[in-house]
Amino acid sequence: MIIARVVGNVVASQKHQAHEGQKILLIQPLDLENQPAGDVFVALDAVDAGVGDRVLAVQEGFSAMTSVGHVEQPIDAAVIGVIDMVEFE
Amino acid sequence: MYLGKVIGNVVCTIKDSSLEGSKLLLVRRLPNGPSVVAIDAVGAGAGETVYVCRGREAAFAFKPKEVATEASVVAIIDTIERE
Repeated sequence: MIIARVVGNVVASQKHQAHEGQKILLIQPLDLENQPAGDVFVALDAVDAGVGDRVLAVQEGFSAMTSVGHVEQPIDAAVIGVIDMVEFE
Repeated sequence: MYLGKVIGNVVCTIKDSSLEGSKLLLVRRLPNGPSVVAIDAVGAGAGETVYVCRGREAAFAFKPKEVATEASVVAIIDTIERE
């Protein structure tokens, strides 16, 4: 899992049926100083996250498919948590 | 998944039998990534902004057919609302 921020909503009327009815989010990975780190990617939303939220995201198929409740579908990334706080030394 | 722009088609006469009938798209990752060849699952064409599913999951777009792909175009994007 990675720490990331939701930076946008993606609207696509023509899409695979497994993505129908899902919220599609544009995700920016963050470093531990909350600065952008790496390229944005697209993820399905499993937790009703919104633009501006700092979130927990997965970029691996099994976890992504499980979180949105679609097994064996073309889904490789999902938002699986909204982060309240991160503590580290 | 990641954002991409379809910049062309790839034609292969000789290919794995699982790819017969598939449309091969040349997709450049946005904003400035490399170009990859992805199998089309939604009827996308050159000039369109799409997002691409990668890895094992890419093949699930064509179930029950088992297609030898590691990247599939699974949506054509209308708009992106950024903050």
